[in-house]
Amino acid sequence: MTNIQRNRPITIIHRFNPLQRTLHWLMAVCILAMLFIGVGMVSTVAPKYLNLINIHKPLGILILILALIRLVVRLRYGAPPLPLDLPEPMKLAAYLSHYALYALMIAMPLIGWAMLSAAEYPVVIWPGIWLPQILPLDPSLHTLLWNAHFYLAFLFFALILMHLAAALFHALIRRDGVFDAMGPALTHDEIAPAE
Amino acid sequence: MPEAPRPSPRNAIGSLVLIAAVVAVAAAAFAYTGGWFSPQRLTPQKLVDGFDLGSAPPLGHRRNHAKGICFTGMFESNGAGSELSRAQVFAKGQYPVVGRFNLATADANAEDAKVRVRGLGLMISTPDGQEWRMAMIDPPFFAVSTPEAFHELQIASASKEPDAMAKFVGANPEFAAFGGWAKSAPWTGSYAEEPYNGLNSFIFTDNSGNDHAVRWSLTPAAQPVPVPPEELAKRGPNFLETEITDRIKNGPARWTMRVTVANPGDQTADPSKAWPEDRRSVEVGALIVQQIEPEADGPCRDINFDPAVLPNGIRTSDDPFPAARSSAYRVSYDRRTAEEKDYPRTATGAAQ
Repeated sequence: MTNIQRNRPITIIHRFNPLQRTLHWLMAVCILAMLFIGVGMVSTVAPKYLNLINIHKPLGILILILALIRLVVRLRYGAPPLPLDLPEPMKLAAYLSHYALYALMIAMPLIGWAMLSAAEYPVVIWPGIWLPQILPLDPSLHTLLWNAHFYLAFLFFALILMHLAAALFHALIRRDGVFDAMGPALTHDEIAPAE
Repeated sequence: MPEAPRPSPRNAIGSLVLIAAVVAVAAAAFAYTGGWFSPQRLTPQKLVDGFDLGSAPPLGHRRNHAKGICFTGMFESNGAGSELSRAQVFAKGQYPVVGRFNLATADANAEDAKVRVRGLGLMISTPDGQEWRMAMIDPPFFAVSTPEAFHELQIASASKEPDAMAKFVGANPEFAAFGGWAKSAPWTGSYAEEPYNGLNSFIFTDNSGNDHAVRWSLTPAAQPVPVPPEELAKRGPNFLETEITDRIKNGPARWTMRVTVANPGDQTADPSKAWPEDRRSVEVGALIVQQIEPEADGPCRDINFDPAVLPNGIRTSDDPFPAARSSAYRVSYDRRTAEEKDYPRTATGAAQ
């Protein structure tokens, strides 16, 4: 515990701000729900198919809105620096995976909306509220977007699993404060000096 | 280098195992949700594959009701339906439609005289930006009670075992009524002389928020003239398409749309059981077909007549078919749009 003092300036003061943390955890719930709903709805003919797809569309639009807000907040407030002693490959993986996660959070709902538009399917986000079509009817575009939506969904889930593994690696093994930077609450007793 | 209080190697291994377990459980939950561990689950892919059990799939075409011809026209609402549903489509007025006459077959080149069930897909658009899509057929009730039974019917029909159909009918006695209809109902020489029935029940919600369980149907204005199928076979493999094209050139064809309201206590989950004849029915308007276009270049080609695309004021009931049909139509659409090259457009569109 003696070295914790020396870590503080790097890892403990620099947490994501409360708005960023709220957005992160809210979106974590939404995106995980979205991916499970997606993979579930395409594999059943049961009545829940309609319930799931009727959630999938508005939830996707909600995620798009939250992702755009989050991007602005991130550009405005930045992120805490990674620990100085984090190996370079891990730093690179952290940067790249976060670019990919942001790209997917924004792209997936747009691809889904565009895919539905290219097939002239409505995007109903509330009873009686139908979003405009963002592409004309076009079977080959529909196929392209369908493939993108399908395969990127699995990539997205894989990235989230990697993200989760890395977060737990930081929390349980490195214990370097990276997890606490986004953690819902501090897991250690480091708050006192700031008070 | 600052040294954080790292765990001992033994604890680190424990942590790694924990992390691996968390990731594995999450991945397994995802796979479970996707049905990878549930080979018995009836998926829309299985339902669509079911149409191809007996023959090669009609590449580029709908997997069922593969043969069809497009039409455009209007739905002329008389306003009476507003009493049952607040959907704009029931407000007095005229609304544009795109539709498709079709044959219930997985063969896009089927001979018209050989297909017993005829159908009609319809999409009505209203100024509020909403749509009502439906796909109807000419029998007065559906062949089976559940989507699962429908899949069993697909398997039995394609089976080489001589007693497969007998076994199927034994397990699904409701199919006998459909068999009776198929044998005894008269054939006609025109798509315009057919009734088209929605069969599935839906819930209409009126302006006061009251729900009404309903079914709907289209009754032709043209007088049906029975013609034996042997006679129809002599008219050529595409006589229905030729006939409807010539007919509409000389003037529009009409159908009356009737909405039948269930009595309290009527079952709404089983489209193989018609409601008693005395149920209240409301004439809500007319479908007017004004122009026919070949499917290859027509406006219905790339539309999915998904029966779950409903305006505000209409929703699905406890009838399991609209969800099953919606999910299967979606798969059929995904497949055929990916096979566009197998169903070329005629480019000029004037070839026919």
